[in-house]
Amino acid sequence: MQTSTSSEITLDVNGEEHALSVDHRTTLLDALRERLDLTGSKKGCDHGQCGACTVLVDGRRTVACLQFAVAAEGREITTVEGLAPEGGALHPVQQAFLDLDGYQCGYCTPGQICSAVAVIEEHAAGWPSAATDDVRPESGASSLTPEEIRERMSGNLCRCGAYVSIVEAVARAADERAADERGAAASTEEAAV
Amino acid sequence: MTTTPTGTESATARRAVGTAHPRVEGYEKVTGTARYAGEIPFVDLAHGALVLSTVAHGRIVSVDEAGALRMPGVLAVLHHGNAPRIETEYVGFLGAPDPTTAVFQHDRVPTRGWPVALVVAETPEQAAEAAASLEVTYREEPHDTAFRPDHPDAYYPGSTIVGPPVSERGDQSAALAASAFVVDELYETAEMHHSAMEPHAATARWNGGRLEIVDSNQGTVWVASELAKLFSLDLSAIRVRSEHVGGGFGSKGCRAHQVAAVMATTQLRRPVRVVMTRRQTFSLAGHRAPTAQRVRLGADAGGRLLALDHESLNQTATGYEWVEPAALPARTMYNAQAHRTAHRLVRLNVPSPTAMRAPGEAPGSFALESAMDELAERCGIDPVELRVRNDTQVAPGSGKPFTARRLVGCLREGARRFGWEQRTPRSGSTREGRWLIGTGVACASFSARAMPTTAAITAHPDGTYTVHVNAADIGTGARTALTLVAADELGTDTAHVRVRLGDSDLGPAGIAGGSTGTRSWAWAVNLAARELRERLALGADIPPQGITVRSDTTEAVKALGHHERHSFGAQFAEVAVDPDTGEVRVRRMLGVFAAGQIVNPLTARNQLVGGMTWGISMALHEEAVRDARTGGHYSPDLAGYHVAANADVPRVEAYWIDDPDPEDPVGIKGIGEIGTVGAAAAVTNAVWHATGVRQRSLPVRPDRVLAGGAGPTGA
Repeated sequence: MQTSTSSEITLDVNGEEHALSVDHRTTLLDALRERLDLTGSKKGCDHGQCGACTVLVDGRRTVACLQFAVAAEGREITTVEGLAPEGGALHPVQQAFLDLDGYQCGYCTPGQICSAVAVIEEHAAGWPSAATDDVRPESGASSLTPEEIRERMSGNLCRCGAYVSIVEAVARAADERAADERGAAASTEEAAV
Repeated sequence: MTTTPTGTESATARRAVGTAHPRVEGYEKVTGTARYAGEIPFVDLAHGALVLSTVAHGRIVSVDEAGALRMPGVLAVLHHGNAPRIETEYVGFLGAPDPTTAVFQHDRVPTRGWPVALVVAETPEQAAEAAASLEVTYREEPHDTAFRPDHPDAYYPGSTIVGPPVSERGDQSAALAASAFVVDELYETAEMHHSAMEPHAATARWNGGRLEIVDSNQGTVWVASELAKLFSLDLSAIRVRSEHVGGGFGSKGCRAHQVAAVMATTQLRRPVRVVMTRRQTFSLAGHRAPTAQRVRLGADAGGRLLALDHESLNQTATGYEWVEPAALPARTMYNAQAHRTAHRLVRLNVPSPTAMRAPGEAPGSFALESAMDELAERCGIDPVELRVRNDTQVAPGSGKPFTARRLVGCLREGARRFGWEQRTPRSGSTREGRWLIGTGVACASFSARAMPTTAAITAHPDGTYTVHVNAADIGTGARTALTLVAADELGTDTAHVRVRLGDSDLGPAGIAGGSTGTRSWAWAVNLAARELRERLALGADIPPQGITVRSDTTEAVKALGHHERHSFGAQFAEVAVDPDTGEVRVRRMLGVFAAGQIVNPLTARNQLVGGMTWGISMALHEEAVRDARTGGHYSPDLAGYHVAANADVPRVEAYWIDDPDPEDPVGIKGIGEIGTVGAAAAVTNAVWHATGVRQRSLPVRPDRVLAGGAGPTGA
């Protein structure tokens, strides 16, 4: 019989279901790292202060160290390992970090990248930040300026001090996404004509 | 092979060195597949959690080992009552070993956060629970953790790792009396913590009669040799690996976690992993000692220095002497007929300080470059011009000429790029809305040294090469830089070169420290590559096992002698100060450096900018505050101890001027630390320019800005 201090759960991580028995105290981060051998998500503080463990839970960025594994059941979890198909092309955010040297030691990098993926989506969806001058819904999406990126990425510490390159990498990935969207919109229009 | 300095001549044209190259391990880092020390799987792994003292001074009376052993999954409790005795009377790389590292040897507790036990359990959760519940009782004794400039117990140490603590030449009082302008001020810097993103982690196990450690460190042979001495083992009986390292900054040498893991694996005969919690790093991983520095400058009417006296006091632990060599920059930067530098210490019940990115240079340059700015103000001379007037081609400390000193070039180029000539000299003269705007400048220097290193390169029959060098890539880009250096000297493409590093079995090598890493390793790689290419030029067939050539730079490094070889730089900053809230925002920063041959501009720029970012962080944010009553920190974590976040860092630009070192085969000087030097002073000098008030204590917190009043508006 199962003890009262552990549970059988199923975690949906990077599109794969994982059945495991976890101590109720196990964080989502420890479940990923210690149980599923997904060590891409990093443990920088275990207090939700550094952002190195950032993953996407149902598409929203979450610090995995502040969430119990049992509470993540039924959620769609994406870690840095799930952003690009294995052996396939990198996610544009990953590629931008690589090309523009958006890191040094690399330990905060998976969290930065997961965060950036969500930042670009949040911004595209019109979510304002503390750096947004005009937050009225009717004013539409502002451009993702360096100030916007710095503010939105400030939950992810980088002790090496690679912020300048990180901002450049996020900006490039956001520009690429915007260009893709314009391209898609143009071809939809063409198709409609 | 014999190795002698052969200058920069190279048989092949450089193609890779000097061109931007993404990190060779970049794919692994952006996909999360690069495994750091705590992420290498081991069968039958047990988890150790350290227990730290909750009193700041006293003796351990009892440890409830039995209570902990009754808890689920607990395998062992190690403490001073049952741990093996280890050897602590030796002289290691940094002198006598830090007693914090030699865990569980006695019942004395010299500081809060001192390691008193290790609990080992089957799972991390069980170990953490048992460690948190372990009952340790203490007999408390009075403690003193309050660092202050006038501490009565301050003393002059016998020696420092960088030479004599005091240097003195000329008559200070006579020179000051003859001076038209005098600055005499006290500058203070805060206790700072390395805070590498990856907390220290080590897994230890015995394997076939050898002790194996998978670790995160700045030099595997360094750690292996310390462990060999502590445990009285032959160096060859220990293998330390450290492939990916999540930052070091001086904190990742031999520490309590490795020693505790070795003790535990020896007792349990299974692999044991010990990972420091973030909070534990604040007392176990060293720190930059707070300093109180008095700088006295005397100058003639033209601003030329007649007297310079830089005296620094820093805290150290009761059982460990660490001199933060903050007066060192004065021995390099500025000359005067009366020239004095001095270091004093005060022993407190605090954890052991250690080297932290630009030790001495970072806090020392804050004081010296602030004082120079104050002198410029008093003399009515532009701060760039004052520094140019006081340029010297002879090192004040040694009297020897510099191998190269392109400081004025950095200042001129920086001033041009920054737009310095548009600056209004008067402080408090520029306002944009609620913000007061100011700009500041400061200079930087850092010594360029090399450490003996061995390397081996194998040419394979398929035309590829494997470089074996026991380097440590702690985020510096060393792996990539060494790939470029090897490719050029081998006359091949970088894609044909693999670099293996971070393994003590690869042989002796310099550490990633003192900005010497890439220079030291590249030297050995260059020499091996050169000889291998000559060997291959004979046209022999390459056998299946390849052809391997080894190098050793020990003699060549020794032959360098004690030259005054330094990098130099000039830092510029623009700040905005809100006089109502006291908030300081850095708006832009620009540095120009003369720092040897730049191997990889992509990673070099990042590293220099990272150093400058540390300067912003030091100037405005970083301060570990101690509670005098408990002797512990307030909130020792990444919320309570703020390091610069993305929104704190504006546009930061780094440039360099041509400055290859003629005595290094690749021309390298090292760039790991100089970006940090002078950066804080550039920011605080800009704060003065914005507000008209000098900020002589770091960090420049809002309350300090408000307490100072904001010059023209606050008056």
